[in-house]
Amino acid sequence: MTQPKKRLLDTKMVPVPSQSIVPERDVDKRPVLETRHLGIEFGGLKAVEDFNIAVGPTEICGLIGPNGAGKTTVFNLLTKVYQPTTGTVLINGKDTSGMNTEQANRMGIARTFQNIRLFSNMTVEDNVRIGLHNQIRYGMFSGILRLPQFWQGEKKQHEKALDLLSIFGMQDMANVKAGSLPYGAQRRLEIVRALATNPSLLLLDEPAAGMNPHETEELMQNIIKIRDQFQIAVMLIEHDMNLVMGICEGICVLNYGRIIAKGTPDEIQSNPVVIEAYLGSQHKEVE
Amino acid sequence: MNKKLRSNLITYGIVILAFIVCQVAISGSIDGFKMTRSLKGQLIPICVYIVMAVSLNLTVGISGELSLGHAGFMSVGAFSGIIMSSWLVSAFQMENELVRLLLAMIAGGVFAGIAGVLIGIPVLRLRGDYLAIVTLAFGEIIRNVLNTLYFSVDGKALHIGFNNPNLTGKIVYNGPAGAVGVDKIATFEMGFVLILFTLFVVLNLINSRSGRAIMAIRDSRIAAESVGLNVTKYKMMAFVTSAVLAGMAGALYGLNYSTVTAAKFKFDTSILVLVFVVLGGIGNIRGSIIAAALLTLLPELLRSFSTYRMLVYAIVLILVMLATNSPMMKSVLSSITGKIKALLSGRKAKSGKAGDAA
Repeated sequence: MTQPKKRLLDTKMVPVPSQSIVPERDVDKRPVLETRHLGIEFGGLKAVEDFNIAVGPTEICGLIGPNGAGKTTVFNLLTKVYQPTTGTVLINGKDTSGMNTEQANRMGIARTFQNIRLFSNMTVEDNVRIGLHNQIRYGMFSGILRLPQFWQGEKKQHEKALDLLSIFGMQDMANVKAGSLPYGAQRRLEIVRALATNPSLLLLDEPAAGMNPHETEELMQNIIKIRDQFQIAVMLIEHDMNLVMGICEGICVLNYGRIIAKGTPDEIQSNPVVIEAYLGSQHKEVE
Repeated sequence: MNKKLRSNLITYGIVILAFIVCQVAISGSIDGFKMTRSLKGQLIPICVYIVMAVSLNLTVGISGELSLGHAGFMSVGAFSGIIMSSWLVSAFQMENELVRLLLAMIAGGVFAGIAGVLIGIPVLRLRGDYLAIVTLAFGEIIRNVLNTLYFSVDGKALHIGFNNPNLTGKIVYNGPAGAVGVDKIATFEMGFVLILFTLFVVLNLINSRSGRAIMAIRDSRIAAESVGLNVTKYKMMAFVTSAVLAGMAGALYGLNYSTVTAAKFKFDTSILVLVFVVLGGIGNIRGSIIAAALLTLLPELLRSFSTYRMLVYAIVLILVMLATNSPMMKSVLSSITGKIKALLSGRKAKSGKAGDAA
């Protein structure tokens, strides 16, 4: 684990029920996400087991762990791509069991993907407009008959889409095909599209993958900016420890599908169990 | 947005221009430019196939689901249209052919739409090849069910018989023998209006909130779900809209012949329409129109080859497919269009300068 250069956020973490910790400012509020004994089995293999976590309404929370630890599986469970075999996910205090991905999104959970999944044949603006689908609505017949609702809706969507794109300074690329954007811009567009669905929790799956240190630095500032501007919680999977230690308030370490440690960045860095998971048990023998 | 609008206007323009040329050719007001009888007989089928191709392109190209049962919806539309037209005559002594044709087409669209919903519910749960196979099966099921049905009109009453030809009143639809003694009330003008209507519905749908959702689901289902799109709803929307338009085209087609049997809407017809869509370019509406018109005309134009005409037809199909898919041909074509554009813009610039000088 590399030593972080600096911490962008400094918050005191306090314990709450459900064996978790949240930032002190969020302690009186209902957590935006809560999982209880969440687990999934694939033909007898327990990919995730007994996963308990609470995320405060304005928390930036990190999910780290070695390759194959089950981090993306947890995201797929939270967004209902997989149905859990045990336990439940509560979003804003509401049980989501039996829901599908679409309904989970309407509950306020939006995500990006590890391997980018943009609508690559469409323009950047249209990608954001699809994110706005449930926010600014008009019916199929208004669309076909070009009724006033259509023109109003299109205008609102256009304005809102450009507004959202300006977070990352991408408003000039609105008419570019999403597939022809550079890699870093595609990742940013995915975040904008997720934000367009007006979530209360944003899940970012390796947002800095493939970015250079300069872009990563910018991304860190932007994640904090998004959190402050939209007052939402952000949960991210990332291998770049500078990013994780720099902006995450609470960190949760996963190994073999189980949580092995939870705490603030400082606690995690000095936790022997975490170091063992990352570097192997030789560490002990040396001692 | 502006680019899309221009492209759509060009599509409408091509259709309207083709219609005007046809009308001039029919009237024969220009010497030596007169449509032959056999060509005139092809006008309504061409309109029907254009609508079929554009509507199938909505399912295959825009929604991304390979459907092989499109002729099934056409047959539902054709026979409900024919029955509607006969019933209007027997119930209300309606002689106005235009109103009858319109109502028949609406009935065709409505019943094909109902069939689309019923078939869509089980079929749209499947993906890829499975969906293609099941739509193929449904197309055949519709045809076989139609072979066992008998319809007759008796005043205002409509009798339906299942495997039972002994119905009171005038038999309109006679099982395997099909619809006989149909009033040929279909007109080329109505075909033209139907094409415009289809283009209006399909192009406006594509460039709206719902259309974007349909295309998003085609591009990445998982991402579409993750931003809260209701996948089933939008797949259904595309499928049923496509079925309704096919039903309306079917009604026009059915009312163009005095005898129509269910055998006319076999698997071959579905494949024929799919060929139009593929050759015109999947997802390319204008391409579907041109491909449907040319490929319906081609066998007619090749009549002088008599026995070899289907052979030539097949060779033309293969050549077009090779030509449109080879990168070399594409680069040649694009360089030609580039030159033409440069020439045109050069001429414009020159004329502009000349204007300034004057």
